[in-house]
Amino acid sequence: MVAIYQMTVPMVGAAKGWHGWMDSARPAALAQLLLMVISFGALTIAFVTSDFSVLLVYENSHTLKPMLYKISGVWGNHEGSMLLWVLILALFGAAAALFGGNLPPSLRARVLGVQASVSVAFYAFIIFTSNPFWRMGNPPFDGRDLNPLLQDPGLAFHPPFLYLGYVGLSMAFSFAVAALIEGRVDAAWARWVRPWTLAAWVFLTIGIALGSWWAYYELGWGGFWFWDPVENASFMPWLLAAALLHSAIVVEKREALKSWTILLAIMAFGFSLIGTFIVRSGVITSVHSFANDPERGVFILAILAVFIGGALTLFAVRASEMTAKGVFAPLSREGALVLNNVLLAVSAFVVFIGTIWPLVAEMVWGRVLSVGPPFFNQAFTPFMIVLAIALPIGSLMPWKRATMARSLRPLRGPLILSAAIMMLVFAVSTGHSALAVIGAGLGSWLIFGALADLWLRTGNSGAARLLRLPRADWGKAVAHSGLGVTFVAVSLILAWQVEDVRVAQVDEPFAVGNYDLVLREVRRADGPNYLAQQAVIEASRDGTPVATLSPEKRVYPVQGMPTTEAAIDYGFWRDLYVVLGDEQPGGGWAVRTYIKPFANWIWAGCIMMALGGLISLTDRRYRVAAGAARATRPGAVPAE
Amino acid sequence: MRVRAAALALMLGACPALAVQPDEVLPDAAMESRAREISQQLRCPVCQGENIDESNAPISRDLRLYVRERLLEGDSNDQVIDAVADRFGEFVLFDPRATGANVILWLAAPLMALVAALTAAGFLRARNRPTPEVEALDPDERRRLAEIMRDP
Repeated sequence: MVAIYQMTVPMVGAAKGWHGWMDSARPAALAQLLLMVISFGALTIAFVTSDFSVLLVYENSHTLKPMLYKISGVWGNHEGSMLLWVLILALFGAAAALFGGNLPPSLRARVLGVQASVSVAFYAFIIFTSNPFWRMGNPPFDGRDLNPLLQDPGLAFHPPFLYLGYVGLSMAFSFAVAALIEGRVDAAWARWVRPWTLAAWVFLTIGIALGSWWAYYELGWGGFWFWDPVENASFMPWLLAAALLHSAIVVEKREALKSWTILLAIMAFGFSLIGTFIVRSGVITSVHSFANDPERGVFILAILAVFIGGALTLFAVRASEMTAKGVFAPLSREGALVLNNVLLAVSAFVVFIGTIWPLVAEMVWGRVLSVGPPFFNQAFTPFMIVLAIALPIGSLMPWKRATMARSLRPLRGPLILSAAIMMLVFAVSTGHSALAVIGAGLGSWLIFGALADLWLRTGNSGAARLLRLPRADWGKAVAHSGLGVTFVAVSLILAWQVEDVRVAQVDEPFAVGNYDLVLREVRRADGPNYLAQQAVIEASRDGTPVATLSPEKRVYPVQGMPTTEAAIDYGFWRDLYVVLGDEQPGGGWAVRTYIKPFANWIWAGCIMMALGGLISLTDRRYRVAAGAARATRPGAVPAE
Repeated sequence: MRVRAAALALMLGACPALAVQPDEVLPDAAMESRAREISQQLRCPVCQGENIDESNAPISRDLRLYVRERLLEGDSNDQVIDAVADRFGEFVLFDPRATGANVILWLAAPLMALVAALTAAGFLRARNRPTPEVEALDPDERRRLAEIMRDP
């Protein structure tokens, strides 16, 4: 009974938001949030109390499961995650309503109206194709448990962050459509849009980083990025959001690139929807799994067509009314930001075409083929290299007009330093891998470039001035050097990783790289809802003990699914990564060992990028000019 | 307890092997690294988006062994990949061949970059067109200005 009531609740909420005229839009958005919280809360309670009369709980939960995973199980499935989607949508709508007090009333009402229309579409989607509250007549005794791979702290928080990012881009979309309806885009508009985009981008960054980290330690071979369609689905909006952030700067400061920025805002959310479509319909992984659930896929595709098609039509009609004010030379900060946008948009396009190509090829030419990491690495990397080369130079250019010589002068230091690092890396690497040299060089170029930028801003007047710089400057430097750190890490881990596969006998030492390992024993180590075998492996270097590693093989009896739990000794310079394999017929155990240099730097770089975004968000300009910025922050606190 | 132990033994026994097994590794390190390189470009025919180097499926193990067999027989990397593709179709190639319609895929990125660069350049050139200079006021305008500026 409660469930039936809950089912209708979001509908009522949506209806309120939808019909809201100017003044009623705000309370309606708040009411919508309240109702969404109630219905999401109801589902969570059903999961926490293991109420197996709810079909979804039965399918995805189990009484023995730890509490954290009972809660994360709420969104560890299709229906629940869509409910989370709309909850966050309502959250952003309500935040805009609460903190958008300084928006012109008509713009605010239109933003909320567009936001509510997106909500309505997704409520309909949930109710008609994926109702999370289906009841069962005869509640079974126990549930089927959550997929064990998903029972993990990293993945427990991955979807909420990702969705905060995806859905946060709906704000940029709503602002863009509202501005098109109003027919006015100016610096003030950009100043309202930027914090929302920035917040969404920060959440996306954290969400992607969490997912990648999870893949690294959970999947058992220490990969961190697979160019999997589902990953690409989150990466495309990230690239476009990054482009949008930068082009909005131009709108805000120089009142140029207006129509392009609007287009980007529409496309960024469009790719969020495409991402949702890809993940939820399963269309890309296989055309055939699409047929299993065509209803959902078609529904999302319809939503996509209506919103993005509608917005683009509106754009086509209204874009010419956006007249630019700022004039600038090609070689200028604006020009550099245009280059940034070209590179980011084209690389998003590369990811897009690579992701959908198997589908296109099969439908049009009947060719069943795959597009995998080798393609993406070749097609995507060149753009990143150009981006990395240009970034420090562009970020030092003045607005309006710049000269190359003047922009390069302060970068002599960074240039020399990164050249030195390139030579160092070249000398150290045994295989003289070009990847390591180029990647490390570009990464350090980014890092030192960001530092030089900061230093230049102080006008050589010392460290005291450094602390008084606008937070946006700090945010920029931190985020850009974070990108550099990730560059260094990715290229060095790919070039320098050491791998070893062998049968290890108990108490017989073996060497991997500079480390000596010895398998001491394999014992039972069962958990609350799984059975496990755990190895004890001691690692030492030059006779001094480094770590004791306990990789596990687990079986989750309810789902009958085995998993491997890698044991990782995290270090500043390297991770020692050990995986336990099968017991061998002739005695001993299969053991895989990896030494992964700079592994932690990958995610440290992502965290720095997110942190840079957060620092920018707290800039005085937004606190004063658009109180909205703060509204998006509460969710970000745990990430710090 | 004994029942549980037996169940565990059964389940762990049935548990698929993880990726490359020690008994698959070739004694020749150079050849083994070639085998790994090849395996990473071949998609497991039955799993979701895994290459045969990472995959736990039995067919991937067979393919890994097949790749090594061919290498030992003296095939080049490309020959091995072609041989696997002949048997399982294009689907197993993670690095799509630039033949037929796939040319579009491979050219998409550079073409798009070119188009974007040209559009941006055209846009920048248009922006950069010199704005007409503000001309000096003619006598008529000057008189009107003086009129407006005069105190009422």
